[in-house]
Amino acid sequence: MAGTAVAAGAPLLDVNGVTLRYKTPGALVTATERVSFTVNRSDRFVLLGPSGCGKSTLLKAVGGYLAPSEGAITINGRRVSEPGPDRMMVFQEFDQLLPWKTVLENVTFPLIDARGFSRKEAEEKARHYIEKVNLTRVLDALPHTLSGGMKQRVAIARGMAMEPDILLMDEPFAALDALTRRTCQDELLQLWEETRFTVMFVTHSIAEAIRIGNRILLLSPHPGRVKAEVVDVDTASATDGSAGRLEKDIHDLLFAQTGEEAHG
Amino acid sequence: MSKARIILRESAGEASGEVERELSFLERVWENGFVRKAALLLFLAVLWEVYGRWTNNPLLFPTLSETITALIGHIRDGSLPQRAYASIKVLLLGYGVGVIMAGALTIAAINTRLGSDFLETMTAMLSPLPAIALLPLALLWFGLGNGSLVFILIHSVLWPVALNTHSGFRAVSHTLRMVGRNYGLKGFGYIRKILIPAAFPSILAGLKIGWAFAWRTLVAAELVFGVSSGQGGLGWFIFENRNLLEIPSVFAGLLTVILIGLVVENLVFRTIERRTVLRWGLQS
Repeated sequence: MAGTAVAAGAPLLDVNGVTLRYKTPGALVTATERVSFTVNRSDRFVLLGPSGCGKSTLLKAVGGYLAPSEGAITINGRRVSEPGPDRMMVFQEFDQLLPWKTVLENVTFPLIDARGFSRKEAEEKARHYIEKVNLTRVLDALPHTLSGGMKQRVAIARGMAMEPDILLMDEPFAALDALTRRTCQDELLQLWEETRFTVMFVTHSIAEAIRIGNRILLLSPHPGRVKAEVVDVDTASATDGSAGRLEKDIHDLLFAQTGEEAHG
Repeated sequence: MSKARIILRESAGEASGEVERELSFLERVWENGFVRKAALLLFLAVLWEVYGRWTNNPLLFPTLSETITALIGHIRDGSLPQRAYASIKVLLLGYGVGVIMAGALTIAAINTRLGSDFLETMTAMLSPLPAIALLPLALLWFGLGNGSLVFILIHSVLWPVALNTHSGFRAVSHTLRMVGRNYGLKGFGYIRKILIPAAFPSILAGLKIGWAFAWRTLVAAELVFGVSSGQGGLGWFIFENRNLLEIPSVFAGLLTVILIGLVVENLVFRTIERRTVLRWGLQS
């Protein structure tokens, strides 16, 4: 990842007392209130919470699409003020690929345009990452010919090829069918094993949070506040039932007081 | 209670049902839209010829064969190509300037709220106004010449193209916009690399409508006054021949207008469409 002068041990991303508000026609909505957390290098940091807890809004603020009305977001010591290719986003929507570019061109475009790579270097890098998500056979296909899962994998390859400081993923697998979602999760973990990139992942599924993350930040809704942080999630294992118990604990914590229906 | 088990089925031998069958030659030919339309045209041509012969009045309704003879004659002596060239030259000039102005207006409209208000107000006011209605004024301002024609052509192209481009830009999905900004794209680069391709179906639709408007407006305007710098266009050709009671030539002129329209629609715009929006799956 991008080398910087920040002292070793300092967090990569620092979200400090961030309050986010946005206007709807007729109201000023507070999405999150004084949320603080830090993300370290090579973390798989998951934001988890029910709808209305402002987790997507928080991710967009880290992406630079939304300025906090209170608090500050810094990455590598730089204050986040606008979107930029050092924080690549992967969205939930399938239409995030540029439909007029092939799979390869979709991955090379930001490399050439934002990173200033030559076409040859960009193609080499793009091929490498497209191979990692097992899509080499559709290199020259246009996005509309791909399935939803393939589109999301291209988006992940595009994000990773840029080698950003942090990869921001906004429920990227939420719109996929259960089997494809499972495959994509495994693939993401496999990629992480190989390159140890830093990722911030938003989800509303407790099971997905436990599968993906090594740290989980639990948010409560209306307005979004930090309720708890789960650490060392990696140690929970599906085989001895500890993952199941953790899932139940998190579920109880998130839904006990509110009495809301769980959708986990 | 017994344990859950998985029982594999033996594969059921040879598959019996057919999966795919080739269509017969006639079925395949009829699937081709071009063939169906050509058959339709042939039918109409026969109808025309029969009706023309039956009325037997070349002054009112010449037959297809007389029209084609006139058409070939005028193409041979060079008069029709020359008139068509004169029309198309003016048309391209007006169309080009109109499209460029529409582009500038739309870019102003997406960058500033006032620009957007201006575009909306102007299109609402001026797009229902038929371009030909401006001709008397245009003649007063720019005189009997190509200037007047170009002026009304710009009017007929500018509003539909600007309106379509603007609504196309506004319909670009939120996700794609965020992707573009994620790459750090701003200003003109953002418009050129994200907005224009993403809005291309609407832009192309606008260009097509603009072309059709411009073509009709031009032919109509040439009927009112045709001679500019000693050489009229197709509209004038039609008007002239009507005055000479050369009705087959009038029909030949009309046919040329139709043919040019068809060629532009089917060759130029269809090709652009096939290479862009259809290929990208933005339109089916």
